Amino acid sequence: MSTLSVPASQTRLVDEHIRLRFELRTIAMVWQRELIRFTRTKTRILSGFIQPILFLFVLGYGMTSLVGTTGGFDFKKFVFPGIVSMTVVTTAIFSAISIVWDREFGFLREMLVAPVSRVSIVLGKALGGTTIATIQGTIMLALAPLIGVHLTVILVLEVILLEALMAFALTMFGVFVASRIQKMEGFQVVMQLVLFPMIFLSGALFPLNGLPGWLAVITRINPLTYAVDPLRHVVFAIQNMPPAAAARFATGVTIFGYTLPLLGEIAIVVIFALVFLALAIAAFGKPD
Amino acid sequence: MTDNHDMTPHKSKVDSSSDDSKSTFSKNASIPRNLVQDATPAIDVRSIEKSYGEIQAVEGISFQVATGEVFAFLGPNGAGKTTTIRMLCTLTKPTGGSATVGGFDVVKQPTAVRRRIGLVFQEPTLDQQLTAEENLRFHAVLYRIPHEEVETRIVQVLNLVDLQDRRKDLVSTFSGGMARRLEIARGMLHTPAVLFLDEPTIGLDPQTRALMWQDVLRLRNEEGVTVFLTTHYMDEAEYADRIAIIDHGSIVALATPDELKKMVGSDTVELTTSNNELAASNLEAKGFKVKIGEDNIVVFAENGEQQVTSIIETAEVPIQSVRVHRPNLDDVFLHFTGRQIREGHNERSFPMHFRGFGHR
Repeated sequence: MSTLSVPASQTRLVDEHIRLRFELRTIAMVWQRELIRFTRTKTRILSGFIQPILFLFVLGYGMTSLVGTTGGFDFKKFVFPGIVSMTVVTTAIFSAISIVWDREFGFLREMLVAPVSRVSIVLGKALGGTTIATIQGTIMLALAPLIGVHLTVILVLEVILLEALMAFALTMFGVFVASRIQKMEGFQVVMQLVLFPMIFLSGALFPLNGLPGWLAVITRINPLTYAVDPLRHVVFAIQNMPPAAAARFATGVTIFGYTLPLLGEIAIVVIFALVFLALAIAAFGKPD
Repeated sequence: MTDNHDMTPHKSKVDSSSDDSKSTFSKNASIPRNLVQDATPAIDVRSIEKSYGEIQAVEGISFQVATGEVFAFLGPNGAGKTTTIRMLCTLTKPTGGSATVGGFDVVKQPTAVRRRIGLVFQEPTLDQQLTAEENLRFHAVLYRIPHEEVETRIVQVLNLVDLQDRRKDLVSTFSGGMARRLEIARGMLHTPAVLFLDEPTIGLDPQTRALMWQDVLRLRNEEGVTVFLTTHYMDEAEYADRIAIIDHGSIVALATPDELKKMVGSDTVELTTSNNELAASNLEAKGFKVKIGEDNIVVFAENGEQQVTSIIETAEVPIQSVRVHRPNLDDVFLHFTGRQIREGHNERSFPMHFRGFGHR
């Protein structure tokens, strides 16, 4: 069995270094592929905008008349950060769910049988989804002047960072779910049962205070809530809101009368992202 | 299954315990002489087996494949071909025995094995939304091809399969045959020691299949790669240096195509004459082995085509028709398994069809 000899252990350190470089190359390649595929599917980019814009105008114009107590603050402005979040979340999930397509068309196998770490593949996917979703969400900011939402350079940078965190968390969640789905049909189920409820019950589209008890509980359990609120917080911070409006549309998530600080919310999203990163890697590692 | 083997000259059914069966194979398995014999075989399989619960998909088979050899696994759907290939590619863990590929153990050193093999599956595994080149570049990264070599290799493998013109085209615009050839090119990109092809020509038209075979043989000749492939097409197995006939998870015969045909029997020359009985007795008088059929006579001859003239002369009666029949691989398969190989319409759902046979 002389053939079983492995590279000598003296070179282990060098090997580790080389290995890391190759894994980074893999991550970059998977990331690049996500971007190439994204730019090649024009319909996907378009549909990624149409849905949120529809929601913005339906809710913004349609509901404004019904929402009486806005304290002199346009409901469209309230809903705008939520719509940006919605764009990010949908794009991130769609990007992650492409794993199901990859499985259907066989490319997943090409990746899984390769002598690379699955962690690299999952990370590449995650960064790809994060990039795409962040870009898509940021493009939505172009609508801000139309609605009368005031933007500054700092705000845009803050928003991009928060979008990226939200996108990363949701891509991880999506990769985990997608690695469990074997068939394309499962995809619709995920959209119906997971994505839409998550968005609707996250405070993206209506204020979280003054909800009936059971609904309040659900929104507090929903991790997306803690990703949407910081985004709204930074946007509202530089808008000239009348005190009445600020009170009506108060940001911050209150649990048992305690309002979480901004960093606390971000920490929850980070933990959520890391948990699903671990779960996604574990689920991805399973042989097919 | 044992019944069919009573007539076989060599008993090649292997069971997991017997070691001598391996030597039986090495005796029969003559590797083409023009191939340089490496000290370690490219593939060395020892009593490998795989069972799913009570169902034995592969029953402890052993064989060796030399470097640079084209080795075919021939058998019906569900015979255990894909399971074997998956074990050799480290995609399925064997439940017994061992195997090395390129000198590395498939169970203990799966990553080392994977880096040295090229894989082409039955199902396509290309990204349709990427171009041919992008697919290859992706693969180059996965298999750690040094940056400066990638371009050269891409040009080389695209030339090998004659797809250099389609380099910048999306794979979604490719025909089935082109896509399959691109997959083979991709499998060769990282200069593997062994190229595994699982039913490489399934679903391709005859012309494309021939083209693909040219590619495979060129790969072997120009890159010296060892090719291990599975097929259930008889005419394809002919291209291989050696063939292992696998049935119900066991190798029932392993030899070169010519040797296999010889094992089955000699050529036959079928004659229809104006007087079959006279012809037969004339031939027998000269030492030919003859069988009288209903309206023809069958002459057994070592080298049928060359003996046709002397047979006709010896028969000394007017001949109405002559037909020389060489045993083909269909006969070989029938001989060793007692069945004809077919596109297994009722056998497609492998483990299920094993249940009824009780072949253990």
